[in-house]
Order: sequence, then structure tokens, then C-alpha cells
Amino acid sequence: MAKNLRDIKKRITATQKTGHITKAMQMVSASKKTRAEENAKAYVPYMEKVQDVVASIAAAAPDVTHPMLVARPVKKTGYIVIGSDRGLAGPYNANVIREMSRAIQERHKSNDEYVILSIGRVPTEYFKRHGMNVVDSVVGLPDQPSFAQIKQIARKAVGMFADGTYDELYMYYNHYVSVISQVVTEKKVLPITDLAPATEGLHATYEFEPSAEAILEVLLPQYAESLIYGALLDAKASEHAARMTAMKTATDNANELIRTLTLEYNRARQASITQEITEIVSGAEAIK
Amino acid sequence: MSTVQVNIVTPDGPVYDAEVAMVIAKTISGEIGILPGHIPLVAPLEISAATLKFPDGSKKVVAVGGGFIEVRPDKISILSPAAEVAENIDIARAKEAKRRAEERLRSKSDDVDFKRAEIALKRAINRIKVYEENV
Repeated sequence: MAKNLRDIKKRITATQKTGHITKAMQMVSASKKTRAEENAKAYVPYMEKVQDVVASIAAAAPDVTHPMLVARPVKKTGYIVIGSDRGLAGPYNANVIREMSRAIQERHKSNDEYVILSIGRVPTEYFKRHGMNVVDSVVGLPDQPSFAQIKQIARKAVGMFADGTYDELYMYYNHYVSVISQVVTEKKVLPITDLAPATEGLHATYEFEPSAEAILEVLLPQYAESLIYGALLDAKASEHAARMTAMKTATDNANELIRTLTLEYNRARQASITQEITEIVSGAEAIK
Repeated sequence: MSTVQVNIVTPDGPVYDAEVAMVIAKTISGEIGILPGHIPLVAPLEISAATLKFPDGSKKVVAVGGGFIEVRPDKISILSPAAEVAENIDIARAKEAKRRAEERLRSKSDDVDFKRAEIALKRAINRIKVYEENV
């Protein structure tokens, strides 16, 4: 009996410790989530501006074209997947991986028809393990990534479209809706097709210096790169929110378990006391 | 004196926001000075210094790492992948970036993206120059 008591005690202590850790992780994620949200917000003005200018150029000079605006017959497709480096984030990675795998299986018959650019250790390892065509990956991004840190993969993604490696480019990531809801989103990055100005009623007719073509040359890659960066910021906010929710659930479960175990412990303790008394009493009775 | 609103925006957030009397920037086709009421204009920028002149005659210099300038009669926006106001430049970091870029350019290995290293070097030199001339 005493051994059983000790076992229960041990489990309670262990669960308490786990609970402390998950609680701490929950709070860390909560503060990171706030920061990530701020980053995503700080980024909005830039994105809107770039979008405005691209849209007004497209509107002002409809005869100007650029390879990145033209839809080509699709022979090969590029996919960017954004996941996290670490687990413990609930279904965060599983969701995005599942959605993307399904899309790839539906659309492509062989490995030659698509390439994957992967951000985050979990999706990278998953797709490599499953023998899928991962051509580039970024792992070990900080929780607050700066534009410079993802520029290389963004530039490569855009460059591979430009040199004809693939003819369209999609992104898969968790879009941040709220703390409890993150939705896997598919976004078409290239070719750029839907060019609506972010601000309503903006139809300035610009002078282009030196020419509209030269500006598109600079602007469109920058635009595509910023789309990717924007998605990353969004995904980071989702990651922290998902981890926060997962850790909250874990902490709640730990507390629930501790409650049940404590009850069990008290019962066992009471039972052993009762038994002891019974033994003493019956011993005393026997002497009489 | 009439003024025009200028804001400098990067992917990492807005960098600077003010009412100014004149903006001088270096576009790929040459240096331009923009006064309030300029016709709408879009032009790509060089990795260079942009100067903001205030109505009281004071100046502020901003290191701009490429991107472009968008001008409207009442508003000027500079959109750049990286931009810093001179006094906010982290000179130690800029020098470190310069050293790294030079190292990469010197190494003869194939996996070095020379174009990228060159741009990085240009940016670092630009930042250092802006810092040293203005702070």
C-alpha cells in the first residue's frame, strides 16, 4: 500500500513540473504572439503602398507588360510552404502539410511537375522524408524575422519563376484570424494577376522615370518578395497563437490530472489508515 | 513656406514620417529634388542617401537601400527594403556587414552569390558614408 502511495505522489510531482513548463511556454508564446502581431501590423503600410503603385502602373499603362504579369502554360509549379522549426504547436504544422500534400497529389502525377521551397524545419523534414522535391529550405528563422533574413529564399523563389524553372508559384501558410483560429491558406504569388489597388479611389496618373517598363522591372520582384514576407509574418503570428493554445490545453490537462491523482492519493492514504486501525483494533481484541 | 508630407516605409515598419519643404533623392536616372506640388511620379532609387529639407532650414539624411520613390502633389513615399535615418544607423553593425560582404566577394567558391554580396557591400558602404557625413 505504501508503495502505491509513493507512486501516486511521484506522478503528482511529475505532472506538476510538466504543468509549470507548459504554463511558462504558454506565457512566452503569448508575448511572442503579441510581438508577431505588431510586426505583421507594421508591415501593412509597406505592402499597401507597393500594391497601390503596382496597381496604378498597371492601370495607367495597360500596354506595358512584364514576364511576371503574364500567365504561361503551366508545365511546372512551385510551392512555398511556411511551417515552424519546433513542434508543440498543436496542429499548426500538420494542417499546412496535409493541405499542401493533398493539393500536390491532386494536381501532379510525378515529382517532375513541381518543386517545393520550404520554410521551417518541420515541413522541410516531412517533405524530404517523403521523397518530395524540396529544392530549397530555410530553417532556424528567429521568432521575429526581419526582411533581410528571408530575402534570399524570396529572391530565389522569384528568380526561379523568372528563369522559367516553374510557371506559377503558390504559397501555403497558416493565416492568422484570431488567437483560437488559424486557417491554412493557399495564395498565388506568381504570375501576378489580381492587381486591385489597396486604397479605394486611387487613380493617380504617374510620370514614370525613366520608363514604366524599367519601374516594373524593379517593382515587381520587390512586390512578389514582399508578398512572401507578408505571408511569413502572418504565419509567425499564427505559430505563436497555435503554440499558446496548445500549451494552454496542456496546462489545463495537467491540472485536471493533478486533481484526479490527488483524489486518488487521498483515498489510498485514507484506506491505509483505516486498515492500520482495523489491524490494531483486531490485534487488541485478540489479546483479550 | 509650403510643405509636403513624406513617409519612409520598409517591410519592417515605417521608418520616418514628417512634413518637409524638399526631398532630394537619387533615382537610377539621376538625382532629383522634389518640392511640394510635384506631379505624380514613380522612380526606382539607387542605394544612396536621401536628404529631407525642413522649412526651418534644417536637414535630415536617410540611408536608402534601393526601392523606389512615389510622388504625389501632397505626399511623397519612399518604399525601400531597408532604410535608416542617419542618427539611427548602427555603425558597428554596418562595418561588420561591410567586412562580411568583402570576405564573401574575396572568397572564390562557387556557392557565393556575387551579385547579392555586391549589393550587401554597397548598402553597408552607403550606411557608413551616411553615418560618417552626418552624425
